[in-house]
Amino acid sequence: MQPLSFILTHAWLIPVIPLVSFLLVGLVLRPISERLAGAFATLAVGTSALLSWTLAYDYVHLAEHGKSLPSLLPWSAMWLHFQDGFGISIGTLLDPISVMLLVVVTTVSTLVHLYSTGYMHGEPGYARYFAFLNLFTFSMLGLVLAPNLVQMYVCWELVGASSFFLIGFYFEKPSAVSASKKAFIVTRFADLGFFLGILVIGFYANQIFAAMPASATQGLQPLDFAFLTRPDVLAALSGLDVHFLGVGVLTLSAVLIYTGGAGKSAMFPLHIWLPDAMEGPTPVSALIHAATMVVAGVYLVARCFPIFATSGDALTVVMCIGAFTSLFAAVIGCTQDDIKRVLAFSTLSQLGYMMFALGVASFAHPLGYSASMFHLFTHAFFKALLFLGAGSVIHAVHSNDIWHMGGLRKHMPVTHALFLIATLAIAGIYPLAGFFSKDEILAAALHSGHTVVFGVGLLVAGMTAFYMFRIYFVTFWGEPKSEHAHHAHESPWIMLGPMAFLGVLSIGAGFIPIPEWVQLPGAPVEHEGIDLAVAIPSTILAIAGIGLAWLLYGGSRDRVDSLVAKLGGVYTLIKQKFYFDELYLFVTHSIIFRFVAAPIAWFDRHVVDGAVNLSGWFTRTTGLLLGKLQTGQVQTYGSWLVSGAIAAVVVLWGVLKSGGN
Amino acid sequence: MGLASWLILLPFLTTLGVLFTPASRPTLIRWVSLVGTGAHLLLTAFTTWKFWEVASPDIALAKTSTLTKLYFVERIPWFKSLGVDYLVGIDGITMSMVILTSIIIFTGVLASWNVVNRTKEFFALLLLLVTGVFGVFLSFDMFLFFMFYEVAVLPMYLLIGVWGTGPKEYSAMKLTLMLMFGSAFILVGMLALYHYAGGTTFDLTQLAQFHYPVEMQRWVFPLIFIGFGVLGALYPFHTWSPDGHASAPTAVSMLHAGVLMKLGGYGALRIGVYLLPEGAQYWGLFFMALTTINILYGAFGAIKQTDLKFFTAYSSVSHCGFVLFGVASLNLMGFKGAVLQMFSHGVMTGLFFALIGMVYGRTHTRIIPDMGGLAKVMPWLAVCFYIAGMASLGLPGFAGFVAESHVFMGGFFGNAWSDPLATRVLTVIATLSIVVTAVYVLRGLAKVFQGPITDPHFLELTDATLTERLSTGILVVTLAVVGLVPGLLIDLIESALLPFVNRLHATGALAVAGHP
Amino acid sequence: MAEFLTTHGLTLQHWLVLTSALFSIGLYGMLTRRNAVGVLMSLELCLNAAAVNFVLFNRYLAPTNLGGAERLDGAVMTIFVIAVAAAEVVVGMAIFVAMYAERRTVDVTRLDALKD
Repeated sequence: MQPLSFILTHAWLIPVIPLVSFLLVGLVLRPISERLAGAFATLAVGTSALLSWTLAYDYVHLAEHGKSLPSLLPWSAMWLHFQDGFGISIGTLLDPISVMLLVVVTTVSTLVHLYSTGYMHGEPGYARYFAFLNLFTFSMLGLVLAPNLVQMYVCWELVGASSFFLIGFYFEKPSAVSASKKAFIVTRFADLGFFLGILVIGFYANQIFAAMPASATQGLQPLDFAFLTRPDVLAALSGLDVHFLGVGVLTLSAVLIYTGGAGKSAMFPLHIWLPDAMEGPTPVSALIHAATMVVAGVYLVARCFPIFATSGDALTVVMCIGAFTSLFAAVIGCTQDDIKRVLAFSTLSQLGYMMFALGVASFAHPLGYSASMFHLFTHAFFKALLFLGAGSVIHAVHSNDIWHMGGLRKHMPVTHALFLIATLAIAGIYPLAGFFSKDEILAAALHSGHTVVFGVGLLVAGMTAFYMFRIYFVTFWGEPKSEHAHHAHESPWIMLGPMAFLGVLSIGAGFIPIPEWVQLPGAPVEHEGIDLAVAIPSTILAIAGIGLAWLLYGGSRDRVDSLVAKLGGVYTLIKQKFYFDELYLFVTHSIIFRFVAAPIAWFDRHVVDGAVNLSGWFTRTTGLLLGKLQTGQVQTYGSWLVSGAIAAVVVLWGVLKSGGN
Repeated sequence: MGLASWLILLPFLTTLGVLFTPASRPTLIRWVSLVGTGAHLLLTAFTTWKFWEVASPDIALAKTSTLTKLYFVERIPWFKSLGVDYLVGIDGITMSMVILTSIIIFTGVLASWNVVNRTKEFFALLLLLVTGVFGVFLSFDMFLFFMFYEVAVLPMYLLIGVWGTGPKEYSAMKLTLMLMFGSAFILVGMLALYHYAGGTTFDLTQLAQFHYPVEMQRWVFPLIFIGFGVLGALYPFHTWSPDGHASAPTAVSMLHAGVLMKLGGYGALRIGVYLLPEGAQYWGLFFMALTTINILYGAFGAIKQTDLKFFTAYSSVSHCGFVLFGVASLNLMGFKGAVLQMFSHGVMTGLFFALIGMVYGRTHTRIIPDMGGLAKVMPWLAVCFYIAGMASLGLPGFAGFVAESHVFMGGFFGNAWSDPLATRVLTVIATLSIVVTAVYVLRGLAKVFQGPITDPHFLELTDATLTERLSTGILVVTLAVVGLVPGLLIDLIESALLPFVNRLHATGALAVAGHP
Repeated sequence: MAEFLTTHGLTLQHWLVLTSALFSIGLYGMLTRRNAVGVLMSLELCLNAAAVNFVLFNRYLAPTNLGGAERLDGAVMTIFVIAVAAAEVVVGMAIFVAMYAERRTVDVTRLDALKD
């Protein structure tokens, strides 16, 4: 093998540049000049993007003919030393999925930075915004490159924190504040599962690690992916006769780790934070809550795929929850009026798609694995474009409500064209990017024998086309429905440029041979071209969805209103997102706060502290009572003295007498 | 005079310096204190460097040793008839605690820059207090240890009683009495240790070579652990903490929560586990369960608090629970986690109390629902507050995560003397706190700093002054440095802690050594 | 007289009963009299009981020393007691007079300055 190129050995530069930029922008440049800060931050991420493209170029050329791409760890260093033989290193793991995500993250991040210089222009806290975007980019890149579970967890938390700060960017707006809190706490709850998963698998992996000869574990640590996903280790883990509540160690830890992924990727029932997260600035939604951070969960499952696949049961959980979420979110997506929320639900639905694609994969049928990663790749571009387009619209109309828009295709032709491209892409229309990846996922579901999941996937494909075209028609067609919509202006080129770039990617990303590069290591190559048995029904359903959307929303609103009236309670139920937010609010506020926290606070003040005060009171009272004996009357003291003396004599006498016997 | 003695003497000399400065010149008094503590910070840095130089070659030795090696030892016989020596020295745990204390007192002096009432007495007592604290950490003679401890507690009473707020006399009395209650336990335990070893020495290094009878260890260990636990806010002896911290002036809260509470874990480890390994084996699981309650109880208790100081005090109860939890888990990771948590909680809570003092100095309220939107007018303080909050909920990148991950790993890995399922279940229960912590931290901070400004007079408030920026900045940087490069601290403490573990595993061998 | 007392079947015990009674009467008076002068008089009774005891024990238990010479230790102590008692009365009465001048009473139940 030829020696690695500079960028491959120095891949750590890619995350470190945004980190340095974060510190510089946050501490030095922010007070000097806001504009300079923004430009610097953008430049830093742009440099990272250039480096990652170079890296990706070098990396795909490493493949020797007919062989799959290697997995490299060109740099690592000990970070946290727990005990001998059990430490955590930090490093840069380069394999097909990490390189792919590296490219996605830096590309979208750069475009979003660029777009934001226009979108956020004149906002207070402009530099703060860019500092956090940098921080996010650093954390996300660290997550992508993580060679072990702990580095992943560390960056996982950091992306959560930067997401928290960015959702709460408008910190004077109560809804943004509560949305940021909600996002952090819900994902934190999920991360608890991730952390427990690390504890469980760390404990047993450490045992296995310690039992192996040193030569077999050279240069590895128990929590390294390279160690955990080795067949012999997996066999040892699944062979452990340790069960908790009837679940084996491997399945238990896989499901726990998946919980973390489900939280970040907003799988049902942890999805509630994502729609609220749209309170953040729109470019943030594009970057974090559509293209990059939310796919971390999918990435995590893909990264640990051998663990899930060996367990089997865990993979079934992934599949079922993924399929259900994709359907559930699509149903809700059909009823929302906030353009960003519709996009959020569509993100949920697409994440479910990626998840169930992983769920249907196995070592025998690895297609789902490649398909999931492929969809992750294409989705990042068209979803980011959708959000940026929505941002452009919101920028012009000053409202998120689609019923305040309308007729914008005349006022904003570029935005309209790009939005249409992205909408067609997500609807899965040939030859746009979404078609290829979606087709591959459906084919994977069908060929691995999961017919029900395939059916759900088809249905969701149709629904996706429907609700996406619903917002498209309402927003861009018909008559302007508000004063602002009448006077809407096209966005500046600094915003349109990045969108156009994403538009090109949304069209062309499907032709990039991701499935060829990204393959499950150790599984047979299973790649087929376009499977007509899948492509034809899915395209028909997509066109049907578009048609239905045109029928209902292309003309006047009366048709919709009468349909809504007919649906009645069902519609309200869906529109209120099945009352999940209310349920969570009830559980946290009315149950946990009221029946756990408040009683503990009360208990502490009144019972525990009460006991302390009681002992103090007891001492004082005893003192006061005894103090009463001090009368100041010498004669009383004398009486006590005499009676004491008599008592002493009597006692002594008694003792002497009994002693005498 | 060696480095260890200088570390104790320097704050005392600063105290004298303050006492000899005329009370009519408060600014000079502040500068004397600042220069004294600043010099101490430099001395600590120098000592750390020297310590690292002499101690790092001995790490391999520590892996098999059952005795922690001390450096910079100084021994002067004191009461020969009782076997009391002036014995000071430094090992890794001590070193990290000295670093912590030195940072906290320096920033504490900066944070108290605006004390105007009886400035001279305030700084003199503060420095006397910290002299006692350094003495406690550096002395390796139990008698000396105890003496310095009293030197630290008594100024605390006056500082809270005179410069405090709210029901300060009540709080000061309660705090002092409860700490005395704890020291009564410790005293009995120490006397037992002294007596059983022949009544000839209080020297910890010599007592460590003596093997105590198992029955004796079993009744003395809980005395020592609970006695020190009172200082470390062990449930249910923690209630001095909310009242005491709420009433104390800023620097005292910082020192007390940041440093003095660490004595709980320090003593439980240094005297409890080190001298009484079999007692620790016997009681480990029990105290693990008790500290699990600590962790969750404090966290849940904090949710419902409305006073910022109470809020932080409950969070301290939860976080100090981690320290004792780590100690009770009886393995290397747990011990390391405990010491790391002592350090990180010290810095974190010092930062919290410093910030609360600064916010209170501006808004004149500590009631959370009365505040809102302060980030707009005091961005520096808000950012520091968020950093402290993120560190306290264990965000990676700050010291808290390093400590918590060690503690949880330690708890989950368990030990040979406690039921493995029980330790694991307890650990899982304890990990719930990371969610609860996120809930209360974010709720509290969101109310204070985010949202619209609730009171128009807040609009006139100003952001941090230069001294305040310096003080909070140092603490934030410390948190981040330890969080990003944990090896700095871990390497320092690991060689000191390895013998603790070896002793636990070698109780049989100790018996041989103790009875030749 | 001494001859008579020792030879007419009166043993030490008889005498001790007498002095105990005398002491108890004094003690009772000391604890119950409200007038300070009465308390002082009762105190004298106690002292006298003790003085008599000195003489008695001297006489009955160690009348002579090893050489056979008569011992007078008890009598000497009695003289001391009488002397101390006399001094005490002087000091006591002086205090009472001063107290009467100050408080217009010598009722001991009203003299409770020791309280608090």
